[in-house]
Amino acid sequence: MPYLLVAPVVVVMGAILGYPIYNLVRLSLQKYGLTELIQHHGTEVGLHNFGTVLHDQVFWHTLLRTIVFTVANVGLTMVIGTLMALLLVRVSTWVRILLTAGLVLVWSMPPVVAVQVWNWMTNSQNGVLNYVLTELHFGNFFQHNWFVTPFSQLAMVTTLVVWGALPFVAITVYAALSQVPHDLVEAAQIDGARSWRIFRDVTMPVIAPVLLILTSLSILWDFGVFTQAWLLIGPGHIVPSNFLMGIYLYEEGYVRTDFGRGAAISILMLVMVAAMSVVYVRRMLRIGEVE
Amino acid sequence: MSPRTARRLGWNAVGIVVFVTMVFPVFWMISTAFKTDDQLNSVTPTWVPTHPTLRHFRDALARPYFWTDVKNSLIVVLVTVLIAMALAFFAAVALSKYRFTGRKLFIVLMIGIQMLPATGLIIPLYVVLARYHEVNALTGVILVYLTFALPFSVWTLRGFIIGIPKDLEEAAMVDGSTRLGAFMRILFPLVAPGLVATSVFAFITSWNEYIWARTLLNDSSKQTITVWLSYFLGTSRSTDWGALMAASTLTAIPVVIFFLLVQRRIAFGLTAGAVRG
Repeated sequence: MPYLLVAPVVVVMGAILGYPIYNLVRLSLQKYGLTELIQHHGTEVGLHNFGTVLHDQVFWHTLLRTIVFTVANVGLTMVIGTLMALLLVRVSTWVRILLTAGLVLVWSMPPVVAVQVWNWMTNSQNGVLNYVLTELHFGNFFQHNWFVTPFSQLAMVTTLVVWGALPFVAITVYAALSQVPHDLVEAAQIDGARSWRIFRDVTMPVIAPVLLILTSLSILWDFGVFTQAWLLIGPGHIVPSNFLMGIYLYEEGYVRTDFGRGAAISILMLVMVAAMSVVYVRRMLRIGEVE
Repeated sequence: MSPRTARRLGWNAVGIVVFVTMVFPVFWMISTAFKTDDQLNSVTPTWVPTHPTLRHFRDALARPYFWTDVKNSLIVVLVTVLIAMALAFFAAVALSKYRFTGRKLFIVLMIGIQMLPATGLIIPLYVVLARYHEVNALTGVILVYLTFALPFSVWTLRGFIIGIPKDLEEAAMVDGSTRLGAFMRILFPLVAPGLVATSVFAFITSWNEYIWARTLLNDSSKQTITVWLSYFLGTSRSTDWGALMAASTLTAIPVVIFFLLVQRRIAFGLTAGAVRG
């Protein structure tokens, strides 16, 4: 009986994902460009595609850049998100309701919409960001262009990605904080423990599993960022010096219609992501087993 | 004022600053959409549109392909959600009510697939779909959307089905019904809210999707609304920011409404059990 129930999903997933993944492996061993796409037939080249990718300076630079980008984004998201959750515990009820409602609103913004709002806020002619920074005396940002250097471009992408990810982290950590036993915190306070020690020794152990899951999810998401970087930097301004892994793959494989090489990069990327997702999948599996 | 009250007031002030900072981009989008051109082009920003105008909304709606692409989005999203729900529901029942060989593998696949980055799958899916002439067709996009909508729906629905008390189901079985029969008659109404919540979430993810739609759909008349919105900026130096923000607001509205309805039910699905686990 259970097999009958699972069968439709297995069949459909096998057809729309299993077969393409089998194809991915085959493509990666072939020379497969536009001509081959039309003829439906590639030429076997062995591991040539992997060889050229692994000898490509751009690949290694992109990988390094993506790792730095991921660490920065995940770090900022987790630290600020946790701080927001701790703030939610400390404010009055009406502020908490207001802030939570605001966070949910931000959470619900479609990424493409958020990108367009960022485009408008950061444009050099009359973007509100330059105006506010100048008014707050951070310097003269009159007509400052944020999209000149790769660092500045990716910094803007980071603000967009972190802004979008904060609500999920803040609200989830807040929910976990409500599990922290009150009497334990009070006992620690009576003993004269400082708030940092209470956080480290009482709060942290309770919310650690949630933080672990959120961190591994964030790593997976930020490592694979595409839409925000692609659209905010702008397809016309995407160059090797600002590539992230997803964009490198898209440019090399799809835009240049070198599908064999693209397939090789895809496999390398998927293997990296699979390795990173082990923590999350194992955790979720245990939940699936318990129930 | 006691130190306690003072501290609380301090935190409240911080809370309001955080609220203003986080919500500002959304506020700015809506506020811009209603401004006059003079207010838009001025270097000194106008915070609240004093003479709100609907002109930008009219301009956005009058742009070519807006309604066509909204229709495309709706077709893709609705078909995806319907197929995903129909298939995922039965698989979710199997996962939550039966133990069987391969169950663990199935769960690992369902969770693992959701973690794969879309870009990593673009090349193989594009080549396969091109072979079967499903590039530049909504069918191709629907098939691709199922790759993430199905695993997500199976996993989320499973959570809802588990939440139902076992005695209810057993009570029905005592009456002599078969297991599945009992399930259908007694539990289906109980799972309905979960089905709605899962559908809405699958709706939102598909509506927001960008990379696949952009890669697979080339004709302006066949694109989805997110792709339409992404091409709005164009290459000209004089962007119509007012119309762009009006269009952005319109694209976001259905998602925001739906999200507010189901956020509480779904949000914790991703980490559910982490606290208890």
